[in-house]
Amino acid sequence: MPTQELLVKNLKVSFTTPEKELVAVRGISYQLNQGETLALVGESGCGKTVSALSILRLIQEPPGKIFSGEIIFDDKDLLKLKKKELQDRRGRDIAMIFQDPMTSMNPVLTIGEQIIETLLRHTTLSRKEAKEKSFKLLEQVEIPSPQKKIDQYPHQLSGGMRQRAMIAMALSCSPRILIADEPTTALDVLIQAQILTLLKKIKNDTQMSVLLITHDLGVVAEVAERVMVMYAGEIVESGPVRDLFHSPLHPYTIGLMNSIPTLKPSQQKFSKLTEIPGTVPSLSQIPSGCPFHPRCPSAEARCKTDKPKLKEIAHAQSVSCWLH
Amino acid sequence: MATQINSSATTLLEVKNLKKHFRLSTPNQVTETVYALNGISFLLREGETLGLVGESGCGKSTAARAILRLTEPTSGEVFYRNQNLIGLKQNKLRALRKEMQIIFQDPFASLNPRKQIRKILEEPFDIHGFTDPTEKKERIAWLLDRVGLSSDQAEKYSHEFSGGQLQRIGIARAIALNPSLIIADEPVSALDVSIRAQIINLLLDLKNSMRISYLFISHDMTVVRHFCDRVAVMYLGKIIEIADSASLYNNPCHPYTEALLAAVPSIDPESNKQRLKVKGDLPSAMDVPKGCAFYSRCPIREKQCEQSVPQLKEKYSKHQVACFLRE
Repeated sequence: MPTQELLVKNLKVSFTTPEKELVAVRGISYQLNQGETLALVGESGCGKTVSALSILRLIQEPPGKIFSGEIIFDDKDLLKLKKKELQDRRGRDIAMIFQDPMTSMNPVLTIGEQIIETLLRHTTLSRKEAKEKSFKLLEQVEIPSPQKKIDQYPHQLSGGMRQRAMIAMALSCSPRILIADEPTTALDVLIQAQILTLLKKIKNDTQMSVLLITHDLGVVAEVAERVMVMYAGEIVESGPVRDLFHSPLHPYTIGLMNSIPTLKPSQQKFSKLTEIPGTVPSLSQIPSGCPFHPRCPSAEARCKTDKPKLKEIAHAQSVSCWLH
Repeated sequence: MATQINSSATTLLEVKNLKKHFRLSTPNQVTETVYALNGISFLLREGETLGLVGESGCGKSTAARAILRLTEPTSGEVFYRNQNLIGLKQNKLRALRKEMQIIFQDPFASLNPRKQIRKILEEPFDIHGFTDPTEKKERIAWLLDRVGLSSDQAEKYSHEFSGGQLQRIGIARAIALNPSLIIADEPVSALDVSIRAQIINLLLDLKNSMRISYLFISHDMTVVRHFCDRVAVMYLGKIIEIADSASLYNNPCHPYTEALLAAVPSIDPESNKQRLKVKGDLPSAMDVPKGCAFYSRCPIREKQCEQSVPQLKEKYSKHQVACFLRE
């Protein structure tokens, strides 16, 4: 039985706009187990980033608001912690890396200084020890000539090197959970492969849990053990990567899998790709019933009116769809 | 099914040793040169789709712009239907432009936010002297319908559309004047997965129904595999391998191509690929290596690669590669 590291219960997040209240995350629940990589996958606007930011309460309030739910870590609800208690956990127990390291690092501090800052905040190391440790961290993330890079500023590094530096920063306090929000989306495919390999290696070495947010099903297949598919602020399907990719159940997941061209020669060239008709609904106009029904090839009458619940179908694979 | 391309088909576009170097003034008044495009040559036949792939900074977008003279090339020649575009007078070039169109990556940035869609689509007609208002209106309705939008959407502004819809409008503008050639610069990279397939299908449709030839620029090896007849792989401003797409994908010769293909994450979790380990980053285009451009990252490099530059040579039929060790 896997040990639970983080439990998210019925999380709901909204944003206030001049016109109305928009609900970006519409009640999601899941569990992140110790030592596993769990992927949260979906298209832009599905609420994957918002739900991840909510774990560390990094949603700006206002306009954002976590208006319902619990996030249980160490038997405590992170949403109820005092600001100071939460700050003690951020970066120490739960660390985060972002899509664009250029905008998420401080441009006027050297790489080394930014890692040292985290270490001084959360550990009892002296400044000198912290510097030594940050050097070791840069080595761990395989940055060439770390003695030089440690004194450089973010703009002096390439995209891939910056992402490595950010990973080093996140790892500095040996967190139990790493939240990685589209960590390779801004990178070229060769560099992406390097970073994914690095993340896998670090996860195996440290046994930390990883929550990986991505829009790329290929990345999910490469690094994750379990996956949750989000659509319009809800989890529509979840399960072990092998099972879910082998036999996707939700029409949205099936549509996503079919619409991706692959390198496999068996695929008929110039044949049309299977497309999902229509577009992702805007948050102000979430359809009634099952939010996917206007785009769904197998929608029935009740899909328009009644909302399906996420329920377990096969071993550990859950889907919210009236067809199952 | 696509029309079979035979090699006797007419050449539409011929690019010969095209170069584009940018001069950069650094803060301390030193002028440096960015060697963005270092002499590329290729043929595009009528009805054919050629993919141009590579990582960011390899010069693929510069190539697109230099071919259409949206940026003036430093040297080289571009023949469109046997007419050299380089050195052509502006008025003659403008007349030819209606046959050569471009679709950009970012649909938000490539459509004027202050103009109604109708105005945006009227522009090509106005510029090229089609002035009959009824005809224009009919043509615009036809265009919108052709790309999967409805004609009542013509009075809206670009912010009222989603990314996928905007890309459809960009495509409508590109096909307005029945072009023979479209250069598509990462047309689906900014789009979500479910929308990407829609746009690729639309481009495939147009290729067949309007006999359009594409130069398709992309960093996505899977999309290119699906879409292109031939593929040219670029690295640091040069083409390092060019072949029919089946040959390139089944039998990549250049270690860079091999690495690119191996790095594509597969949606099959069972696939256990052998990765060629490529270390480090693309070198700076300001400091181009003396020998093979890929030398610094190449897993199979040898001494000669550092000293001299390999040229494109025929390895198999219609499959050229620039590598000393694989030629």
